[in-house]
Amino acid sequence: MKIRFIDAEAPPASRILENLAAGHGDHPLDRYLKKGRIPHIWCSGCGNGILLTAFVKAMEKGNFDTKKTVVVSGIGCIGRAAGYLDLDTYHTTHGRAIPFATGLKLANPKLNVVVISGDGDLFAIGGNHFIHAARRNVDITLICSNNFNYGMTGGQGGPTTPLESKTTTTPYGCSEHPFNLVYLAKASGAVYVARWTALHTHELRDSIIHSVNKPGFCFVEAITPCPTAHGRRNKLGDGLSMMKSYRDNSVLTTELDPEDTAIGLKGKIAVGEFVNIDKPTFMDMYDECAICRANAPKKSKKS
Amino acid sequence: MSSKAVRTGAHFMSGDEACAEGGMAAGCSFFAGYPITPATEVAERMSIRLPQVGGVYIQMEDEIASMAAIIGASCAGAKAMTSTSGPGFSLMMENIGLAAMMEVPCVVVNIQRGGPSTGLPTLVGQQDVMQCRWGSHGDYEVIALSPESPQEAFELTIEAFNLSEKYRTPVVLLSDEVVGHMTEKVIIPDSKKIKTLSRKLPKKKPENFIPYAHEEDDVPPMAIAGEGYHVHATGLTHDELGYPAINADAQERLVQRLIRKIRNHAEEIIRTEDAFLDDAEIIVVSYGCSARAAREVVETARASGMKIGMIRLITLWPFCEKKIAELAALERVKKFVVCEINAGQIAYEVERCAGGKAETILAGFMGGRIFTPEELYRVVREAAE
Repeated sequence: MKIRFIDAEAPPASRILENLAAGHGDHPLDRYLKKGRIPHIWCSGCGNGILLTAFVKAMEKGNFDTKKTVVVSGIGCIGRAAGYLDLDTYHTTHGRAIPFATGLKLANPKLNVVVISGDGDLFAIGGNHFIHAARRNVDITLICSNNFNYGMTGGQGGPTTPLESKTTTTPYGCSEHPFNLVYLAKASGAVYVARWTALHTHELRDSIIHSVNKPGFCFVEAITPCPTAHGRRNKLGDGLSMMKSYRDNSVLTTELDPEDTAIGLKGKIAVGEFVNIDKPTFMDMYDECAICRANAPKKSKKS
Repeated sequence: MSSKAVRTGAHFMSGDEACAEGGMAAGCSFFAGYPITPATEVAERMSIRLPQVGGVYIQMEDEIASMAAIIGASCAGAKAMTSTSGPGFSLMMENIGLAAMMEVPCVVVNIQRGGPSTGLPTLVGQQDVMQCRWGSHGDYEVIALSPESPQEAFELTIEAFNLSEKYRTPVVLLSDEVVGHMTEKVIIPDSKKIKTLSRKLPKKKPENFIPYAHEEDDVPPMAIAGEGYHVHATGLTHDELGYPAINADAQERLVQRLIRKIRNHAEEIIRTEDAFLDDAEIIVVSYGCSARAAREVVETARASGMKIGMIRLITLWPFCEKKIAELAALERVKKFVVCEINAGQIAYEVERCAGGKAETILAGFMGGRIFTPEELYRVVREAAE
């Protein structure tokens, strides 16, 4: 067969670099973002921008080593967050951010590996990976933007959609029980579990810093509004109203059993740090059980 | 010289174990897998061997996760591999596409068993050849190698790593249950005599580095996580910077290059073992365990005066199109007899490349055991009549 592809010429390197140099704003936090990547894709009123800012502020306040911090994401609106950050970033297949991150971390334990992804990505298609990474206590940080639906594909129901919620695939109201992510994370073995809403910006930032510095599988859930899809169909108001209502309805607690922190369509949202324990990580145990017994030099632990 | 990674010497070893030793000799330091017959022994061997050199063995929750983990590990700079069989290979398809798209070197071992579905867990098949070529969605090229013995399983696993590093692409070692479970003599050479390759690393400084810039050989250098390059890699169609670019221009540039980098180097990649092709009128084409039976038949038929030759495919993908087409064009070459344990997979390739100039006959077999030489001899006899 004779093959004749349509001509496709790559732009010269000089032009690529030139365009790149022009692509940065003046905001002081811009230095944490990759050049030429803003504007982002998110709708106005979306909580993902706030979560990204919380992460960037965590990088600043927590003085993260940008050379050694790696962000991995899956598919969905928040999945694009990875690509905005001026770090080594990997935007993987749907649901697979956690095992990809596991490979990165175990192959180079000196990296700080953070997964930023959504509720559908992490808990429906990727649910199995979540429970197993938590069980193994792989030393990674997981940040979940939970907006109760699949926003990128137009607002379908998912594993965190509250009972009675209307989505494009639950037009009469959701009849499935949702996951309570805090409870699930604790039961699966996470060493740190926190939940905040989009307007808890400082708390989100501090939980992210704590998680990145803490050895083991840490989980931060951020309740973020999706006014375009979830909000509109359930008459929850615009993005700002949703954020305010999430904040006003939140109850800071350290005493509530994670089992009792489920989130409904409306009503109270338990926020705070629910788990903060110490446990040997996967690599600690692997060093002890496998590497040492096989008489090999010790693999370096998290610095 | 023997080392912890290279166990120089003569061993009595199964194909699966030899495959693991090949990985070790190639410099593999990360293995993620999930138990599955008949590939489990590869993982078991790696769980013993990797801790001895400070490498990581991890049993993941499934094959999807195993594939994702080896891609992640490779992005962190490790040479990484996984092993599986049919059902697990199906699950890996999604992320094999990711590795092709992100251009991440990694090695996937598939010890084929009979299918479809759960099929014959403990018995042989060669039915994943086309899945290996086309299994993940979208257009991409793969490299797949097929060993016929434990010795070759050792050697080709090293070769698989070298090719994956050279071309920044997933490479499949497409073995089968018979080769995986047979135990034979395996000679592991002096570590100094084992040629290993590593991916090109960026020479430019991070500020001048364009991660997917078009290089002469179409294989860009790969920046490793944690080295300060701040690269972005995505499964989305991306531009030269690695940034998502959802448009026809970027798609054209990227996918053409992904295809070109293998197709343009096909002749360097392809390896076959040829016998008696100088005067052959009938040519047996075979690979993996089937080639062992085929060889005996060809030698027997030769001894009885038949003008028969043989091509054993060592590289299954890219396919040796040129060789088949050139042979088919010869006046004397009448027929190709493709001997494989499936309902016709490589046979279609042979027929396509022969272009009607020589007849293609499939000696097919649905799996569960290998051909007896007698069964295959009957097909060859008929072809000669």
